[in-house]
Amino acid sequence: MYPRSLPYLLLLPSLALLAVLFLYPFVLVAWQAISDDGGQFTTAHFSEMLGHWKFGTAFTNTLLLTLAVVPIQIALALYMASLVTGMSRGRDAFLYIWTIPLGISDLAAGIIWLSIFEQTGFLNTFMVGLGFSEQPETFLGYQNKGTIFLAIALAEIWRATAIVLVILVAGMGLIPKEYKEAAEVFGASRWQQFTKVTLPLLKPSLQTAMILRVILAFEVFAVVAALGGTNMPILMGEVYNWQFVLRDANVAAAFALVILGISILCTLIIMWFLRTPKGATL
Amino acid sequence: MAEIKIKSVAKRFGKVEALKSIDLTIADQEFLVLLGASGCGKTTLLRIVAGLETASEGEIWIGDKRVDQLPPRDRGIAMVFQNYAVFPHLTVFENIAFGLRMAKVDQATIEKRVSKTAELMHIEALLKRYSGQLSGGQRQRVAVARALAMEPEVLLMDEPLSNLDALLRMEMRAELKSVLAESKTTTIYVTHDQVEAMSMADRIAIMNKGEIVQASDAVDIYRNPAHRFVGSFIGNPPMNFLPAKPRSEDTWSVAGVKLSGPNHNAAASASSVEFAIRPEDLIPVSEASEDAFTAQVRVIEPLGSHVLASCMVDDQLFRVVVDSDKSLQQGDTLYVKPMYDRMRWFDSSTERSL
Ligand SMILES: Nc1ncnc2c1ncn2[C@@H]1O[C@H](COP(=O)(O)OP(=O)(O)O)[C@@H](O)[C@H]1O
Ligand SMILES: [Mg+2]
Repeated sequence: MYPRSLPYLLLLPSLALLAVLFLYPFVLVAWQAISDDGGQFTTAHFSEMLGHWKFGTAFTNTLLLTLAVVPIQIALALYMASLVTGMSRGRDAFLYIWTIPLGISDLAAGIIWLSIFEQTGFLNTFMVGLGFSEQPETFLGYQNKGTIFLAIALAEIWRATAIVLVILVAGMGLIPKEYKEAAEVFGASRWQQFTKVTLPLLKPSLQTAMILRVILAFEVFAVVAALGGTNMPILMGEVYNWQFVLRDANVAAAFALVILGISILCTLIIMWFLRTPKGATL
Repeated sequence: MAEIKIKSVAKRFGKVEALKSIDLTIADQEFLVLLGASGCGKTTLLRIVAGLETASEGEIWIGDKRVDQLPPRDRGIAMVFQNYAVFPHLTVFENIAFGLRMAKVDQATIEKRVSKTAELMHIEALLKRYSGQLSGGQRQRVAVARALAMEPEVLLMDEPLSNLDALLRMEMRAELKSVLAESKTTTIYVTHDQVEAMSMADRIAIMNKGEIVQASDAVDIYRNPAHRFVGSFIGNPPMNFLPAKPRSEDTWSVAGVKLSGPNHNAAASASSVEFAIRPEDLIPVSEASEDAFTAQVRVIEPLGSHVLASCMVDDQLFRVVVDSDKSLQQGDTLYVKPMYDRMRWFDSSTERSL
């Protein structure tokens, strides 16, 4: 037996590092968002942010994108994880193939999808070549907000579903098959086995996957920059914009705090919805 | 009507032959106990009847329907799993109600059935708890209650009382037996505990290494083992076995004792024959004689009503149950005469009784 304090002592260096490299800059950013050059408290930066015409659009776009992408990713990953878990052979091969997009950076992913949807891209070449359309369409033009949104959502789903899949496959692997068998014997259909047994027992993994995905969806940036350019303002894009183009670090910090705020809020909501009563775990 | 017919069912897991051609018919409303040592294939057979495992060969019939191709939920069964499989995310109440909810039974009936079965299994105080807050024995009783609440045509139970302490097990045994006797349920009950098997069964099927070696009522199995394994497995202590040498047409020499047994011609195919007798079917006599075994007492175990003496006859272990009034000591020589109508004979190559 080692002393009880040992784990804490061993974790201390990482805690210190976290404080220096994360907590301290975070406090600085937070302070930057609510102070003026003289070091006085002010709400001016927030007012400027809220008053800017792009704030509302960026906020709504970010939320809409999250709402469109995350549920589809969760549903898809659940479906694929069920299939993978039911496989007796070749499941590793399938998992490797499905997780390939994870190895690609988000900017690269954006560029891949750009090369599909561009005016001279694969899709247009294909359509014209097969005679479906007379001439190339500008799918990603500023007048086609809907298509831009769709392209971004598709790229995000393609790029980041695999991480949800990996988490859910691991979670499903932890559920002993006897529970499914018991449900089957006691009259549950396949769908009921899934909704009444698998899904509730998967709650902890589902929670992790959803929190991770929602936070990452609020931070989406490179894919949108590649496919939407300035036609699709989003929160993270605005942080970049204010920091590096408009050179106003205070408003950029305010935007960053908004992202943090909705991330925390959503995390709490997800944790509450997918909570497990005491004693009801595997 | 739920007669269960198991026809030539075999099961292989890769190279492991778990079941070798099982044939068994369980009558409507019968209480059949599958008894056998751990690893002999009881769970596998039960899971094949339930539809959780597919037989490599053979057919399963329930009622007048062949059910091999039906999923478990279409077979009209309820089951108690060996490892309980009590859902961790549901309360005890919802666990017991699970099957009824799936069958869309109305709430009032559900509440009635749940409280009835919970009371029967003495878990009515636990209804609001989750399985993580229960002991192994409590979980096992939830699993039994969940199956009973279904009031199924066919009830499959895999060692349902194995994790209860002795007293509670005895009580549950009696309660289960009386509940199932009143119901119209056909039951297959798996256990490795012969006392449990004897006390509960209408009929016992004894399994050994993937085969059913005998299926009969408790007394018949005890008195007339059809297979050497049955004699050596049933009874505490089990039967004594001694090799027999032919003497004349129907007399045999067993450890120097002349005994009349099966006709030599009938046993002609038997390369060798074994004599068997239960330890309590031996009568102590005062002195050596031609028809009494000479036994050297090695260990004495006083068990209250009687004394169990482990002796050696012809260098073979030979147990004798004697009245506790008789004073015995280690190293004594005991002379015992077999009760003639209780002697049994086995062909030691086929291990079948003669
Ligand atoms: N899924 C399986 N895969 C391989 N072997 C198995 C499997 N299930 C059972 N067995 C083997 O089949 C034999 C019978 O097992 P089982 O039916 O569980 O015995 P019992 O319930 O009588 O203890 C054992 O030798 C066991 O190792
Ligand atoms: Mg078993």
